[in-house]
Amino acid sequence: MKRTRRTASVLCLLGAFGAAAAIAQQRSAVEEIERYRAALSDGNPAELWEARGEALWKEKRGPKNASLERCDLGLGPGIVKGAYTVLPRYFADTDKVEDLESRLVTCMVSLQGLTPEQAKKDPFGGPGKKVPMDALVAYVASESRGMKMNVAASHPKEREAYELGKTIFFYRGGTHDFGCVTCHGADAKRIRLQDLPNLTATADAQRAYGGWPAYRVSQGEVRSFQWRLNDCFRQQRFPELEFVSPASIALTMYLAKNANGGVFDAPSIKR
Amino acid sequence: MNTAQFAAIAAAVAVLAGCASMFAERSDLTAQAVTMMKTSFKEQGQAKLDRIDQDDVQRTCSQYHGDAAVPRDVAERIEKAEAARISYPADGKYLGDWKSGEKIAQAGVGMQYSDDPAQPSGGNCYACHELTQAEVSYGTIGPSLRNFGKVRGFTPEMQKYAYGKVFNSEAFFACSNMPRFGQKGILTEQQIKDVVALLMDPQSPVNR
Repeated sequence: MKRTRRTASVLCLLGAFGAAAAIAQQRSAVEEIERYRAALSDGNPAELWEARGEALWKEKRGPKNASLERCDLGLGPGIVKGAYTVLPRYFADTDKVEDLESRLVTCMVSLQGLTPEQAKKDPFGGPGKKVPMDALVAYVASESRGMKMNVAASHPKEREAYELGKTIFFYRGGTHDFGCVTCHGADAKRIRLQDLPNLTATADAQRAYGGWPAYRVSQGEVRSFQWRLNDCFRQQRFPELEFVSPASIALTMYLAKNANGGVFDAPSIKR
Repeated sequence: MNTAQFAAIAAAVAVLAGCASMFAERSDLTAQAVTMMKTSFKEQGQAKLDRIDQDDVQRTCSQYHGDAAVPRDVAERIEKAEAARISYPADGKYLGDWKSGEKIAQAGVGMQYSDDPAQPSGGNCYACHELTQAEVSYGTIGPSLRNFGKVRGFTPEMQKYAYGKVFNSEAFFACSNMPRFGQKGILTEQQIKDVVALLMDPQSPVNR
């Protein structure tokens, strides 16, 4: 609402300066995108991933022929409701801070008897390749929809992960001198026409973090937060961020805690 | 020394010690983060692990963000050092072909592990800057460059400035978000000349 009003007033002002033709062109582009976004929100194919994930959660799999139903995602064994809102967190059994994806790997190993390599083998789906991880992530995330982010970050290892994640966020390097902060450190910026959230500011961090995982229309896939970070670093010209690596979890801790108090609203749907 | 003097000195020492420990803590944290990153990334395609190693500009600029503005003396040190590293064209000509420059400004490929290193990199100027009127899909991380030459004057000095800025932005504005396209070998000399033409040629759509 506020945004619409602001956009309207900006357009109004610019119009007064007599740049009517340019405005019409710009506005029609923006309107087209708005229409596209509205059409997208009508139905979210992520529901298919959520349903498949729920079935996988309950299915007996692996050498131990066990389901994941006793997996402790942080709120106690088997509790899925609200689990995404408290992750990442410290787990005493592994003595590590884990996000959802790394915790699922832990449970696949401990409950189902997979090797860590097997559990991490296919982290992201692609054309013609549907992987269990995406579906499980979509299911668990969907069970936190409408709840508020509530990451504790109070255990010493959680605090350490937060500080390291913050350091990595502001760390500039590579051929282009880019860091996360290059695109996500200031308010109201765009890359091309894509709005960029300021992940150091509470309202933006809440909205952005609360929107992942997401069904990406352009890719026809549900993408996890681990995927989001992996692809950001690719565009940052860094080497490849490894799935559930310590740096990926530390960065997730920083971003998730910045989103505390925000309503989690994912899996969402994006362009 | 009277009591007041002693108290003042003691306070100054305490503040200095506090600063020292704060910096030590921060550099410890950075060292720890680098170690963590070295085990969390793997080389892929053209992107090797040495991309995590920071040069002086990257290391210094990573410390200043949000409320912590770059101190003037630090900024001047960076700008001076980076200015000395710019290599201007030996032929003294800064203007290439703006049509080629427009293609470079549009192209977002280059240096990602998913890119073919045999192909030339783009500059991806439109990701962050407004340039021509025709391209409405532009970003706002950098300032608008619409009418760049028209506003600043089509002078040789301005051509040289534009060349230097694209070659090494840190020489003019320390800790700028803009990549150092020439310094880091992202764009060739000819490509930078083409981009300069896009900005500075009176016939370029940037100025029309």
